[in-house]
Amino acid sequence: MKNITRAAPLLVILILLGIWELTVRVGQIPLYVLPSPSATVFTLAEEFPTLLRHTGITVLEALTGMGISFAVGIIIGILIDAMPTFKRCIYPILVVTQTVPVIVLAPIFIIYMGFGYAPKILTVVLMCFFPIVVSFSDGLGQMDEGYLNLIRTYGGSRFHLYRIVKIPSAMISLLSGLKVAATYSISGAVVGEWIASQSGLGYYLIRAKNGYMLDKVFACVVMIILLSLLMNGLVKLFGWAVLPMKRRRK
Amino acid sequence: MKLSVNNLYFSYGDQCILNDLAFEAGEGEFISILGPSGCGKSTLLNLLAGILKPQRGQVRIDGKETKGINSCFAYMPQNDLLLPWRTILDNVCLYGEIHRRKEQMKEKARAQMARFGLQGCEDKYPDELSGGMRQRAAFLRTALCEAEIYLLDEPFGALDVITRSTMQDWLRELYSNWSRTILLVTHDTDEAIYLSDRILILGKPGEGIRREIQVKEKNRTREWLYEQGKLRAEIYRLIQEETK
Repeated sequence: MKNITRAAPLLVILILLGIWELTVRVGQIPLYVLPSPSATVFTLAEEFPTLLRHTGITVLEALTGMGISFAVGIIIGILIDAMPTFKRCIYPILVVTQTVPVIVLAPIFIIYMGFGYAPKILTVVLMCFFPIVVSFSDGLGQMDEGYLNLIRTYGGSRFHLYRIVKIPSAMISLLSGLKVAATYSISGAVVGEWIASQSGLGYYLIRAKNGYMLDKVFACVVMIILLSLLMNGLVKLFGWAVLPMKRRRK
Repeated sequence: MKLSVNNLYFSYGDQCILNDLAFEAGEGEFISILGPSGCGKSTLLNLLAGILKPQRGQVRIDGKETKGINSCFAYMPQNDLLLPWRTILDNVCLYGEIHRRKEQMKEKARAQMARFGLQGCEDKYPDELSGGMRQRAAFLRTALCEAEIYLLDEPFGALDVITRSTMQDWLRELYSNWSRTILLVTHDTDEAIYLSDRILILGKPGEGIRREIQVKEKNRTREWLYEQGKLRAEIYRLIQEETK
């Protein structure tokens, strides 16, 4: 029974892929309308060296954007928690940045910053920064006052409150934000490349789409999904490294 | 160190909690504070610990007025408040870590582990320990504060009857070899009789100390405690009158 429960999600995916494959073959749907899963896998294998080259660029942009978002997000998160006035000033601006679609902002970034990596990295930052700041500052604010009073009665300073209690307790909340941000990071880089670039998965995607090579588009989408999962895995690894409770549960 | 509380006043908005509260605690004295819910027992400890500021009155140690958080006091709240991501050893050495004496305190803590019934628990995490062990760890953390006056706010309130009795026996034994002043807030009449040299019974909010009871017996046992029916009944009657 346990094995069936474990295998159920995989089984559902296989059934869906089977229906898809059968529909394309029986309905003789042309490649430029809908490629079958087998054709997608075949193209993925064939195009792998090219895709890998473009993947390197996208991953570089995504990781740089994530790194910047993480560093800035931590600092802004602490400032939001420590200074209510700062929170009142910055929070509406943060929310506004999320209301404008990235697809609208990306071309503006390119006008200002050119065709290099910078506008793509900024797109990633814009998408990843918000979930990191919100999750981290929320985590910092949710600490039981008893723990903070305990540190105060021991003569601890504000620095001690953050180092000993607040930041470690906010790690679980931060990890949730990082998981969302990690998934967004690849999409952000791809969107940036989509608008204007000469390399990266977004560039590959737009060229394949313009040529109606939908098997290549699907192969690229599979690559993007795998990368997003990989980024998610990296966040889990980070959580495993920084949270001793997670290591013990393993 | 002699503790004196003079005319202490504190209110939450319009609700007066402590009004002109005054008492003294001598060096090495064990005082229990009893009273109905909401009478200001925990507020008093928070004021002494410096978490709250008195709106009137003073707290003096050896005649010198204290303001804010003072290193003479070590405060142990009702919950153990062990940080779940830290090992027991790291938890009990918090004071040393804050005052940059972590390694020195680790040595001290290791030496005290057996006395506090925590031998072999140094590298365990709080969720691996029983309720009683967690309280003992919290107590060791408080004891390592190198303070003179210990403020214990219902430290055994969350424990089951058996564990609580064991912890009371353990605290009694510990206290007999430990010349520190202890102020214990409790709801448990038996706990107060069994552990204290003196019991302060607070009245309704704002009414201050209703009654002071000395407990003179030196050789206390559980059997002795069970024979204190008269004292227990008197304390119970006093508290019940205040809840009316």
